[in-house]
Amino acid sequence: MAVDTAVGAEIPTFAREAGLYAWNRYAAVNDEFVLIHMDDDAGRAAGYDGAFGMGNLQFAWLHCMLRAWTEAERGRIVRVGCNFRAPSLKGHTVTAHGLVTGVREEGDEQVVDLEVWTETEEGSRLAPGTATVAFPR
Amino acid sequence: MAALTGAELGTQTSFPIAASDIRRWAVALYAPTAPPRLFWDEEYAATTRHGGIVAPEEFNPFAWMAASGPPEELESFDAGASGQAVERLLGFEAPATSNVLNGGMEVEYGVRMRPGDVITSVRRHGGYSERTGRLGLMLFTTFDTEWTNQHGEWVKTVHGISIRY
Repeated sequence: MAVDTAVGAEIPTFAREAGLYAWNRYAAVNDEFVLIHMDDDAGRAAGYDGAFGMGNLQFAWLHCMLRAWTEAERGRIVRVGCNFRAPSLKGHTVTAHGLVTGVREEGDEQVVDLEVWTETEEGSRLAPGTATVAFPR
Repeated sequence: MAALTGAELGTQTSFPIAASDIRRWAVALYAPTAPPRLFWDEEYAATTRHGGIVAPEEFNPFAWMAASGPPEELESFDAGASGQAVERLLGFEAPATSNVLNGGMEVEYGVRMRPGDVITSVRRHGGYSERTGRLGLMLFTTFDTEWTNQHGEWVKTVHGISIRY
């Protein structure tokens, strides 16, 4: 059954604290032990204010947000894309957002396009992008 | 360097995906809250439309080594890293840079990955572009990677961007 949504609707967000608590866990499963994600001096040597989180982890958090919606409605994630525009620094809350930009029917599916992004509590967008999900009609 | 566009950069095959790989991935992503039961509770997962545990879409079965074994030397992504492994593999020399970053990605998804699946990825060079940013002149390289499972089913296509400066 198609989901009840429309252009302009926001889907539930997914938020996590940026910092070693999250980054170390992600490094452990993705074998992503890169110094810029562990050590402030290494982050500064790369031109940033300190160590910063993995882009892959922000990408995964965008999926956590989309998945909560698609799994609850028997849907699927069709595609997700984003650019990593700004670093995710320690101590900030990173929140994944999704805004519906299009709803259409394709075959036996309802296809929903979204603008997606992660941002800090100050409203700075870190990883803007787009996504498409689909639900059975 | 433009001649590298479309060049195949290699094929990797994963070890069979273990249920514990999926469980740990999910725990890491969702901490400090509990991960969805779909990723760790076989009894529950069997009652869902998936018919069993599936991996989160973005799960990486190639973390911690492909089935072909470890590389001679792990590629460094730390400050001072040349990031030239791809060009050297293909016999070219890229401009000297000292930092490598993940610039972004776009992924299209097919069938879900499940415990026991063996995933094969084929990676191709997608081309170069240059841009000047806050950190100076940057070299953007795109990579296109296609994953299939042991049944030949399409799992995902990844379009990734690396940034060197």
